[in-house]
Parts: sequence; structure tokens; C-alpha cells
Amino acid sequence: METSKAAVPFQALPVSKKRTSRRNLIGGTPIYTILLIYFIAIAYPLFWMVVSSFKSTEEIFTNSWALPKEWMWSNYVEAWNTGISGYFVNSLLVTSITCFLTVLISALGAYGLARFDFKAKKFLLVFCMGGMMLSPQVSLVPLYKLIQSMGIHDTYWAMILPYVAYRIPITILLIRASFLEVSKELEEAAYLDGCNSWTIFTKIFVPMNIPIMMTSVVLTAYFTWNEFMFALIFVDSDALKTIPAGLMQFRDALATNWGVLMAGLMISALPIIMLFLCMQKYFVRGLASGSVKG
Amino acid sequence: MLHTKKWLPYLYIAPCILFMLLFVYYPIVENLRFSFYEFSAFSPEKTYIGFENFLNLFKDEVFYIALKNNIWYAVISILCQVMGGLILAAILEDPITRLVSSMFRTIFFIPVVISITVIALLFTFIYNPDIGILNGFLSLIGMEEHARAWLGESETAIFAVIAVSQWQSIGYIMMLFIVSIQNIPRELYEAAEMDGAGRIRKFLSVTVTQVREMFFVASLITLTGAFTVFNEPYILTGGGPGNASEVLGTLLYNSAFFKDQMGYASAVATVILVLSLIFSLIQLRLFKSGEDG
Repeated sequence: METSKAAVPFQALPVSKKRTSRRNLIGGTPIYTILLIYFIAIAYPLFWMVVSSFKSTEEIFTNSWALPKEWMWSNYVEAWNTGISGYFVNSLLVTSITCFLTVLISALGAYGLARFDFKAKKFLLVFCMGGMMLSPQVSLVPLYKLIQSMGIHDTYWAMILPYVAYRIPITILLIRASFLEVSKELEEAAYLDGCNSWTIFTKIFVPMNIPIMMTSVVLTAYFTWNEFMFALIFVDSDALKTIPAGLMQFRDALATNWGVLMAGLMISALPIIMLFLCMQKYFVRGLASGSVKG
Repeated sequence: MLHTKKWLPYLYIAPCILFMLLFVYYPIVENLRFSFYEFSAFSPEKTYIGFENFLNLFKDEVFYIALKNNIWYAVISILCQVMGGLILAAILEDPITRLVSSMFRTIFFIPVVISITVIALLFTFIYNPDIGILNGFLSLIGMEEHARAWLGESETAIFAVIAVSQWQSIGYIMMLFIVSIQNIPRELYEAAEMDGAGRIRKFLSVTVTQVREMFFVASLITLTGAFTVFNEPYILTGGGPGNASEVLGTLLYNSAFFKDQMGYASAVATVILVLSLIFSLIQLRLFKSGEDG
């Protein structure tokens, strides 16, 4: 399967060392032109967001291309105090609980599917993976009804539980592939030493597969931090909103205070950009081997 | 394998099964059932109305606007993300760019990790008719006659929305292709070089043929994405002006949570489900044929 082939650490791959022949240099200019144009198209809007987050509204209006005359750090303070702090804490809470539950439940499931032989194994594997093909939009109405009838509408759980469910398939896929690689001899030896299946799980499988768990945590965090639709619909109270849904409220509250709004956007985007820059390897490996957009 | 009690593996998998049943499979089945009823969000009563929701849907002109917009989404996404992503990946894997490639691929990937809310709000500024840098840029290069309220005019709204999605997602597909290109045996390029193939020739005859399978995967990811899109149109235009930038996702949302026609919304969801299942089946088919070949 193509997707498993792709499970190679992205950064670890060597950049081709082949000597550039003269022939290869021809055609370099168009290549660099394309690269440069695309670079500007991507980087300039981001740069504009950074710069504008330090400007006053008036300055964004009159001088949207220039650097700020005075770098207004106060925009960040104001954004933080106007509501972003609350959304930020909600996002942190929801993201950490979702990551913990997703990885725990998926690791248990992956262990069951990877290391035991039983009748319904094939079926359950397909059952768990099948969720990857179903997009959450399709279940929106029944999920809304379900969450209402469970009495968790407008609580953190209204987001966390569906998030966990929709992250399980891809996480099981990743962890199971890694569990299959653990040598059987090791397991048998531990068994003879008096370990039972639970201690084998906690003492051998979990510690030996920390990298894939990290990948799973990073991917789940990325998904949860950015998820918009469930956060918008399953939670009504402003006090419980996570950043993506909260930003909509934040925009309406600020109306025309654009510098502060930009600062709010920056505060919302930075944690996940940092996470990506620090853990690029885990990130890309996971996204590539799943080939499924978060 | 361990020799243990028969029920033990089920115990480990039980939490997964529970979550999947309750939040993934049960709602899908319920949705099918719901699409034959008429009901409101806050009342437990439902009226069975047969295929009426579907009949109304197929008579609703907004449905066809939405479908048309989703098809635009799909076509443009395939062109920009799959074709563009492949070209960018090939450029970044070309020996000529090796000094800068790791920096560029990191930067090109950054939009992928940023929340769509942040990006969409940022682009409402970029498209802003008064201060937006897009209109500013157009007048800078002497094309101010093309400046307009990108999100506010019905001819351009959906394309402005689609452009934001491309801006965010090209980096993702590019990264999939980079990983795929890195798995191509170097000998193939060397052999092509011996035959005197230039850069474009090598791209067409080696890269494109070798990443064929990823090409299908990427196409189907973008296709499914194009037919389930919700966030970008919802945040940028809310489906407006009028219904000009409505897609199936916003139609579903508006029917359910704005007009409180939950059954009708379920019917829209069923249409999305059928479309995405068709794509998934094609994906499975292609996987199979790829493995045989």
C-alpha cells in the first residue's frame, strides 16, 4: 500500500547529493522564478499578519504596506484580555484531554488487534479503519441530537468525545503498524517471566513505541486545536469555546479594532506553528503515512 | 501469540468499538433514517414524510448552486493542489534547489498547520475592498480596474473562497508528493539522464509515472475535501452574497441550525455521504489495481 511506504521520517531523508551537471543548470531560472513567486504568495500574507498585529487600526487603514511606526505590543495584551485567554485555556484543556484519551484508547485497541488471534479480528480491523472514510459533516444532525440526549450539549465533552471517536481510526492505524514490528520472542520471554498481557502492554509495548505515540499526540493535537465545525455547533456558551470557534465571537466583539484582532489571530496560530517547527519529523511522518487530512 | 482467554482481546478493543459505534456508525445510520422525517432541533417528535426531503432538495435551486460550487471546488483543487503540489514537490526535490529546499518546504507547509479560522479571518482582510492587500497589489502593478470586493460580489465570491483553500492546502499535497518522490530509485533518473533526457523529460517520464499511485490518493483526498468543505465558505461568506457561494456543507448547516429543518439537512448529508462513498470506493479500486500492477 502506497501509504505505508510513505512512513519515512521526512527530515531524516537525505537531500540528493548528486553533482549538478551543466545540463542541469539550464532551466534553473524558471525553476527559481516559480519558487520565488510561490514563496511570496505564501509568506507575504503571513508577514502582513505579523506586521499588522503591531499596528493601530488607523495605521492598518492608511498605511497597510509599511512597517508599524510604533510596535504596539499592547494589541497582544488587549487581545488576550478581550477573550482570547479564555479560549486559549479551553483549547488547551480540550486538546490535552482529547490527545490523552485518543492515544490511550487507540493503543489499547491496536494492542488487541496486533497481538492476539481471534475470530472477529479481520472484521474489527475493517470496522475501526472504516471510520476514516466517513467525514464528520455527514453525521452532524444525528450527532447533535445524540449529544443533546446524552445531556452533554454545551460542555467540554460535547467536543472531546466526538473528536476522540473521529481520531481513533487513523491513530489505531499508526500504532498498530508499529506494534506489529515488536519481536514475538521478547513477548514470549516476558510471558515466561510471569508477565500477563496487561504488564506486557505497559512494560514492553508502550515504552518501545514512544515515537509513534508522539506522532499520534502531535497529529491529534493539530486536529483538535484547529477543529471548527463541532466546536461551533456543539457548544453555545462563550465561556467554553475553543479558539477556532471563539475567534468568530472575538471578531464580532472587536468589530473594527483590527490591530487587536490580528494580534488575536497570531496568539491562536503560534502554538501550533511552534509545535510543528519543533516536531516536524513526527508531524510529517504521521500525515504522510495516514494520507488522511486531519 | 499469547495463549489466553478468548474474551481478552475483545476487552482491549472494547473502548474503541464503543466510541466508533456510538459517535461514528450510529450517527451515519441515524442520518439515513432522519432524512425520511421532518423534525426540529428541540422537539422529540418526528413526522415520517418518505422521500419528500429528497424531492424538495432536487427541486431546490440552491442545491444546484451548491453542487455547482462544489464541482468548481473539486476542479480547481485538483488543478492547483494535485498538479501544483506535484510540480512544487518535483522542484524541491530537484538537485538544483537542494541548498534551499528544506527551508522552502517548511515555509510552504506552515499554512497547513494554521487553523482555518485564523486563515479565513486573515483573508477577509486581504480581500477587503478598502484596505485589502490584494486590491493594493493590483493597483501596484497597474491593474486597478480589476480591483473589486472579492467576497462581496456574487461572480467572484466562490472563487475567492476556493483560492483560500488552495493557499492553505497546496503545501499538504506537496508534502505527500515529496515523500513519494523520495522513494523513487535514483537509478531511474540516472538512466534517463544517460538517455539524454532533460529536466522536463525526466519529470514527465520518471517522476510522474513513479508517483502515479500517490497521484490517485492525492486526487481522492482533494475530491473528498472539495465535496465536504464547510469551514472556508462559512467563515468567509456564510454562503453569500445571496446564495452565490453556497456549498453542500453550508446548505446542510443553514438548513439544520438556521432554518431548523433537520430532516432536510439530513437529506443533504445523505447526498454528501453518497458522493464521498463513491470516491472512497474508487480509491479502494485504484489501490487494488495498483497492487496488482
